[in-house]
Amino acid sequence: MLLADLIRIKEQELAGRKPFTLRVCMAAGCVSSNAEAVLAALDRAVKDAGLESQIEVRPVGCLRLCCEGPLVAADPDGKLYKKVRPEDAVSVVKALQGGPTSVRTGDMREPFFEKQFNIVLANSGLIDPERIESYIAADGYVALRNVLRDMSPADVISAITKSGLRGRGGAGYPTGLKWSTVAKTKSARKYVVCNGDEGDPGAFMDRSVLESDPHRVIEGMIIAGYAVGAQQGFIYVRAEYPLAIKRLQTALKQARQFGLLGSNVLESPFSFNIDIRIGAGAFVCGEETALMASIEGLRGNPRPRPPFPAESGLFGEPTLINNVETFANVAPIILQGPEWYASIGTEKSKGTKVFALAGKITRTGLIEVPMGIKLREIVEEIGGGAPEGAKIKAVQTGGPSGGCIPASELDTPVDYESLTKLGSIMGSGGMIVMDETTNMVDVARFFMDFCVDESCGKCIPCRAGTVQMHRLLTKILNRQATESDLKTLEDLCELVRSTSLCGLGQTAPNPVLSTLRFFRSEYIELLQPKSPSPECASTAEKKGEPADDKPVEGR
Amino acid sequence: MESKTGVRQETSGSKVRESASEDKRFKILETQMKRYQYRQDSLIEVLHKAQDLFGYLDDEVLTFVAQRLKLPPSRVYSVATFYHLFTLKPQGEHTCVVCMGTACYVKGADKVLAALEHDLGIKAGETTSDGRVSLVTARCIGACGLAPAVVYDGKVAARQSSDDALAVTRQWREHVTGGSHTH
Repeated sequence: MLLADLIRIKEQELAGRKPFTLRVCMAAGCVSSNAEAVLAALDRAVKDAGLESQIEVRPVGCLRLCCEGPLVAADPDGKLYKKVRPEDAVSVVKALQGGPTSVRTGDMREPFFEKQFNIVLANSGLIDPERIESYIAADGYVALRNVLRDMSPADVISAITKSGLRGRGGAGYPTGLKWSTVAKTKSARKYVVCNGDEGDPGAFMDRSVLESDPHRVIEGMIIAGYAVGAQQGFIYVRAEYPLAIKRLQTALKQARQFGLLGSNVLESPFSFNIDIRIGAGAFVCGEETALMASIEGLRGNPRPRPPFPAESGLFGEPTLINNVETFANVAPIILQGPEWYASIGTEKSKGTKVFALAGKITRTGLIEVPMGIKLREIVEEIGGGAPEGAKIKAVQTGGPSGGCIPASELDTPVDYESLTKLGSIMGSGGMIVMDETTNMVDVARFFMDFCVDESCGKCIPCRAGTVQMHRLLTKILNRQATESDLKTLEDLCELVRSTSLCGLGQTAPNPVLSTLRFFRSEYIELLQPKSPSPECASTAEKKGEPADDKPVEGR
Repeated sequence: MESKTGVRQETSGSKVRESASEDKRFKILETQMKRYQYRQDSLIEVLHKAQDLFGYLDDEVLTFVAQRLKLPPSRVYSVATFYHLFTLKPQGEHTCVVCMGTACYVKGADKVLAALEHDLGIKAGETTSDGRVSLVTARCIGACGLAPAVVYDGKVAARQSSDDALAVTRQWREHVTGGSHTH
């Protein structure tokens, strides 16, 4: 396929467009709320009204305001229909021509959307993720075409380096540097791996990107393969995301049919293939060396680095491993130029970040914001603050590897360095809002429970240390702990952090350390049997029991 | 991970071959392995397929896979027990998965789970003695906008209370729905 073919497909696709479009969100959240039936009902309603030549009903990826699903967006008036039921279909179709509707509507000028900035999610909710033509109509694969025609691998790497893109998996390693290391390593075989093992509880960015715009990730991987000199790519996806897997399989099949994968990509001398590998439920596989072991069909045990994957990775060959969102940034950088990308964000954190906003907040969903935006803008303006007048207590980022940022620090800008300074991390993008009913010691134990379960058991600090920390946290919550237990807990945090083999163990103490830092009084109160914390007191009062001989339940 | 490692029983090689020739599912699994050219790094894919076919991985299936991929049984067993999604024990007729991701947790998933455990008389990861219901927890199903979420036989239900969940599982236990089940 040549550029002319891409343009022809795009023109055909655009010519086939109808005056009105109803875009139905078919991402996992809305599908769980019966979006498939809504899609079928809308199709039927359009057919019954004889408006097939006028209205296109298009299944699309995530429309983001997950709490209001199933969502339907209308063009050209830009209305967003919320909590649509199949029986609303006729009225939605009528409303398109100016009729009244009982369905709750909003639009893209709502505060939820206004502060967002779209790069990664630019196609999400607009294109049909199951049709490659839909992606091509949105200038899909033009970046790949430009790269193969006009750029040397070194040019591509230089563009990525100049853009300032950093790894979106959480650690923030400069992407250009990683690519150039792999490119420099000499080997007959190299691999490109896409890490889609989104394991942090409360995170669904990668899932949404894969479900909404799979070709964007594939295009990024092919460009990366060309830049570093690899012939084979793997996308590692969690088995818990069946819809993402299905859409990726469809997308890969289409890309092969269109000559975008396989031998001589777009009739160039460059050949590249991508296979999917499905995880089997192990959080540690998000760690790069463990992920590669899993692709090789082994237990997902991490191994010491160096050697880094860039030198010796998958099957012992040089391997480039990046996160889903990182790859999704590649095509826009090539198309619009690294200078454009570098102009967005802060000095050290460029571009945008996708977050999954959830927890005790009015509007939950998927958001993309420019780096440097204040946490307060995300939580209060985009998310609409805590529901029912409750007060926000903390924001948790980075999952079990991250920390809790207290409400007093909400004016912190969202960038890698600022969040690290607060003892949390950018992480992959889970952002859970907690209100005043949340007991922070219990949150720390919740994450420690996770780490105990997910530790692979290879190194002792993580395997035994997390269990000991969990016991101490339980002891504190049961009001049986003393001052010295707290001291032991803090010592253990430091020990596990500094001596564990991989990221899982090294970051496991973070939730404890950050809650100790900002909510130490909650720990101290639990050490003193006579002065219970407000929530425990209220629980105890209700049941008419003394607070000190009852274990704390829930939060 | 310990919770799902079942008790190992003695399985003789002849038993494997005998039932393998009778059971069509082994043939399907064999075809799948052939597609992967019996590559040893396809082990996880093969185990996924095996679990799809059999519902769980017993010693017979694991031994069969080990033989065909020319892997030591210990390797196959160690991989099967490492990953949470592989189960070595038969599952109940219905499966109820309570999402325990952070978003669900702060919205009370632990209370839903506690209610289910109490009502069913089993712990998470176990199956009721009548074989009707398996209660499972998930780390995060990525449906955080719908928290707390519970998956009933593969179908995600949003914003579940303890009462919602008990209503479903109680109905499962009252009605006999025939032998087969889907995930």
